[in-house]
Amino acid sequence: MILGVDVASMILGGVAAGMVLFIVSVGLSVTMGLMGFVNLAHGAFAMLGGYIIVLSMNYWGVHFLPALALGFVVTAAVSFAFERLLYARLYRATELDQVLFTIGLVFMAIASVTLVVGPENQQLVLPAMLQGQVDLGFTQYRTYSIFLIAIGIIIVVGLWLGFERTRIGAQIRATVDNRRMTESLGINVDRLFTITFAFGSGMAALGGGLGAEFLGLDPQYALKYLVYFLIVVAVGGLGRVTGVFYAALLIGVLDFALKKYIPKGGTLFIFGLTILLLLWRPQGLFAGRAT
Amino acid sequence: MIVAAIKPTEHLAALAFAGRHRPRVWEPAPWIFAIAFYFAFPNYLGFGTELLVTILFALSLDLVLGYAGIITLGHAAFFGAGAYTVGMLAYHGIWNEPISSLMLAAIVAALVGLGSGLVLLRTQGLTLLMLTLCTMALLEEAANLGHEYTGGFDGLASLPIPPLLGLFEFNPLYPRTQYLYVLIVLFIAFLFVRTLIYSPFGQSLAGIRENTLRMHAVGSPVRARLITCYTISAAIAGIAGGLWAQANAYVNLTTLSLDRAAMVLIALILGGYGRIYGGFVGAVAYMALAHFLAKLYPTGWQLGLGLLLVVIALFARNGILGIGEALLRRIRAKHMPQ
Repeated sequence: MILGVDVASMILGGVAAGMVLFIVSVGLSVTMGLMGFVNLAHGAFAMLGGYIIVLSMNYWGVHFLPALALGFVVTAAVSFAFERLLYARLYRATELDQVLFTIGLVFMAIASVTLVVGPENQQLVLPAMLQGQVDLGFTQYRTYSIFLIAIGIIIVVGLWLGFERTRIGAQIRATVDNRRMTESLGINVDRLFTITFAFGSGMAALGGGLGAEFLGLDPQYALKYLVYFLIVVAVGGLGRVTGVFYAALLIGVLDFALKKYIPKGGTLFIFGLTILLLLWRPQGLFAGRAT
Repeated sequence: MIVAAIKPTEHLAALAFAGRHRPRVWEPAPWIFAIAFYFAFPNYLGFGTELLVTILFALSLDLVLGYAGIITLGHAAFFGAGAYTVGMLAYHGIWNEPISSLMLAAIVAALVGLGSGLVLLRTQGLTLLMLTLCTMALLEEAANLGHEYTGGFDGLASLPIPPLLGLFEFNPLYPRTQYLYVLIVLFIAFLFVRTLIYSPFGQSLAGIRENTLRMHAVGSPVRARLITCYTISAAIAGIAGGLWAQANAYVNLTTLSLDRAAMVLIALILGGYGRIYGGFVGAVAYMALAHFLAKLYPTGWQLGLGLLLVVIALFARNGILGIGEALLRRIRAKHMPQ
């Protein structure tokens, strides 16, 4: 019984972390799938959003939920400008140029945040409602983790419906599967990409804010967790909302469990597993049909 | 034969192609500079040694990235493999003779390159990028964990490196021996790479970079070529890592880090990849900037570096040498009316 409770709480913690990973990474997966653009600066947008959310709460006393909305809107607007002015020039460039460009953006983001805000970690103070424990019947668990899981489920259902049931979702899926064909059907792929890019960055901002409580928030954030976001996308498959969701949960639970039971070799195991998974299914574990 | 009847002088392009491996007049210049540096700046030889190691490392990356077109974010894996080979053998008192240690470093790095290349090079694009990154992270984590052998996070310090050839002492304060030793190794490696890229093998690498499908169609063993190139490049990167460990007499986790892989990539891109002197120009420009600016304004340096990368990616895709070539073409076009 004790073991069962232990396992349950471990899975809950891992799922909560996985939800944050999903919220951050989903935009990256869709934009990479749409345009094949290797966007290493995605973590920088998550960081930007995180800073907007945490700083607006700490300095202006904005409440948590309005702060999340603010982070989403501002980051989406900023990424819209970036996409139109800079990213759009590099769609037809080589992967190498895209990698360099986005690494450059990451460096600039880290340096700017260090200059403007400072190198120290920013503490997210949760509203009283989300602090403490909640009784789940079989065990007590942290309210915030349960909140994260609830938010994550709402977002994944919302995204899934948007992807599968709306016109723009169908256009995105069509572009991921066959971009040329979609373009020749008269769908404006560039406009589609701008919208998805801004939306995906906004989601990353949400993830940055929601995860700040346990991932921390300092200027190195943009680089520190990038490998995790990329692993989730690579394992989940490009342009697949559900694939990224499963991959994020998998990595979240694994990371949580490994850190608890093998505190030293855990990371080694994650990297090793990623290599094996990518060799076995280069298109991603949950890619479904081959494209 | 008809081919023989065509005079080579009538085909300037063919003539240029046939003679492109010949040494140019200016080619001794970098080496003269390097020797002049030794006499002119005896107080900066430590910096000079680091610079030469970076050039060698960039040269190895150029072979993979610039010539074979394999985009990797994990080239420090081989640098670190070489550095740790030298470091661990010396620290645990197994073997520390400099030149043979360097060869062992090359062999170990080549084995890592061959092993990872055999599995990694079946993929491409984002998957390949991720796999190279993960392989390097895996090695870094392994080095961090095996602290009984590798020293873990602190690394292995004060490696007992005996005099070179039993004659020339490695003095950490006046790294004269280190500088000349690294320069000689760099020169040998450079000659090797230069020969390699102008050989039919090098030519087939360029073909794979430009059009893989067509190289398959003409019957070129694409995968074998890529793996060979990856292994050779890994060996050279391992030598660079081994030299680094010997020159500094220590080895630590930074040799395997993403920072080092990104640094050499940036240096190579800055100079211009796919050009044999790209690594030279890029490493000099990068290291000089980093050495003098990073100490004064570390944050400003990072901001500037980011801006530089963005500008290169958007406007100057061939780096400093690319800009130089474009200028030269413009001048020549002006002076040679059609």
